Amino acid sequence: MLNFVDSVQEAVARIKDGSTVMIGGFGNAGQPFELIDALMDCGATDLTVVNNNAGQGDQGLALLIKEGRVRKMICSFPRQSDSWHFDAKYKAGEIELELVPQGNLAERIRAAGAGIGGFFTPTGYGTMLAEGKETRIIDGRGQVFETPIHADVALIKALKADGKGNLVYRKTARNFGPIMAAAAKHTIVQVSEVVPTGALDPENIVTPGIYVNTIVRVAGSTAEKVA
Amino acid sequence: MSTATSIQTSATPLGRDDLARLVARDIAPGSFVNLGIGQPTLVSNYLTEEQNITLHTENGMLGMGPEAKGDEIDGDLINAGKIPVTELPGAAYFHHADSFAIMRGGHLDICVLGAFQVSATGDLANWHTGAPGAIPAVGGAMDLATGAKDVFVMMTLLTREGASKIVEACTYPLTGVGCVTRVYTDKAVFLTGPDGVTVRETFGCTLEELQELVPVPLKAATAS
Repeated sequence: MLNFVDSVQEAVARIKDGSTVMIGGFGNAGQPFELIDALMDCGATDLTVVNNNAGQGDQGLALLIKEGRVRKMICSFPRQSDSWHFDAKYKAGEIELELVPQGNLAERIRAAGAGIGGFFTPTGYGTMLAEGKETRIIDGRGQVFETPIHADVALIKALKADGKGNLVYRKTARNFGPIMAAAAKHTIVQVSEVVPTGALDPENIVTPGIYVNTIVRVAGSTAEKVA
Repeated sequence: MSTATSIQTSATPLGRDDLARLVARDIAPGSFVNLGIGQPTLVSNYLTEEQNITLHTENGMLGMGPEAKGDEIDGDLINAGKIPVTELPGAAYFHHADSFAIMRGGHLDICVLGAFQVSATGDLANWHTGAPGAIPAVGGAMDLATGAKDVFVMMTLLTREGASKIVEACTYPLTGVGCVTRVYTDKAVFLTGPDGVTVRETFGCTLEELQELVPVPLKAATAS
């Protein structure tokens, strides 16, 4: 069921304490800042957050972590020059970290959306990130069994949606959006623009509307320059 | 035993830019390449138009152009190091699982990475010192190391304390096992594989002098 809502507050109102929330974006590109701010205001806590990073600077995901709302981070690259809020929580033992090689993170999210129960991959074989995991030699290469990452909710950003919830993205801001949209039970999207059904070329749809549940227009969501 | 002089190509050690120029020259025309964050990024400065190299960035793009300047800067167009970049004609965007399938599926010809250590059989350690209290962050390093057809490492041969970064077995946590095919350093280019370490060329030292620095047996490359 697809809903268009008028505010980011309304869009995130259904997120409950203890939820697993996927948040799109790689660095700031594609990060749905307004939805994250609304999640902050709605008070949901004890969250497990799936994102490539663990927040930067003093905005978005970094603030959610600072305020102690994130119980666990599942990510590939938490340590950055400006990830001070995560660093402090981690060093204080106040946040759990599941560190996942970036390609495994992406493929585990994809697997969840595609109904795949797990897969073997050479990535991580023989490293400390594969410790305790099932391994096999397949075609002469050591491979590690990895399981899907499901989520209750995904918060993502796209450039445009049409009336059917079909999405197109912009440049490298696409990153995790399409796979998170498929992996979450409920996908919430902020878009720069909602266009009439039929206005997007069906050949160029990136995320079909079947994966999308809630859409909110946030002007200037993407870095597109208005002519 | 081969004579060391036969593989010496420079009277002095190579600086970072000279090394980047050398790596760039060694990339076959038409290759699809991923350049890691840091020193490997310098290689892009020396790729020529005639080489027709396509650069991949793991956040979701093929056909990446140079760093964006001034009006070109667009927050939606960044590289894996989160630096604003440009797109070249023929560029393509794709989502993260597709981008890593390009790496993991063996479609990239070469990736160039930095390293803490490389073992005699091509094991790579480049993501984590394992020091107590260090926050681990891996990013795409393990995917690149295991997925690209050729993995080139660029690094100084010695640590600040003078220890060789080419080692019998890595003491830092591994990124990948037996994945490195070539190591470009300021003092020599090494070819690594299951049969051990071969020296292709040396810079400012003889093979014998190099052997004194590196604690694994070195063979000289046979002249091609």
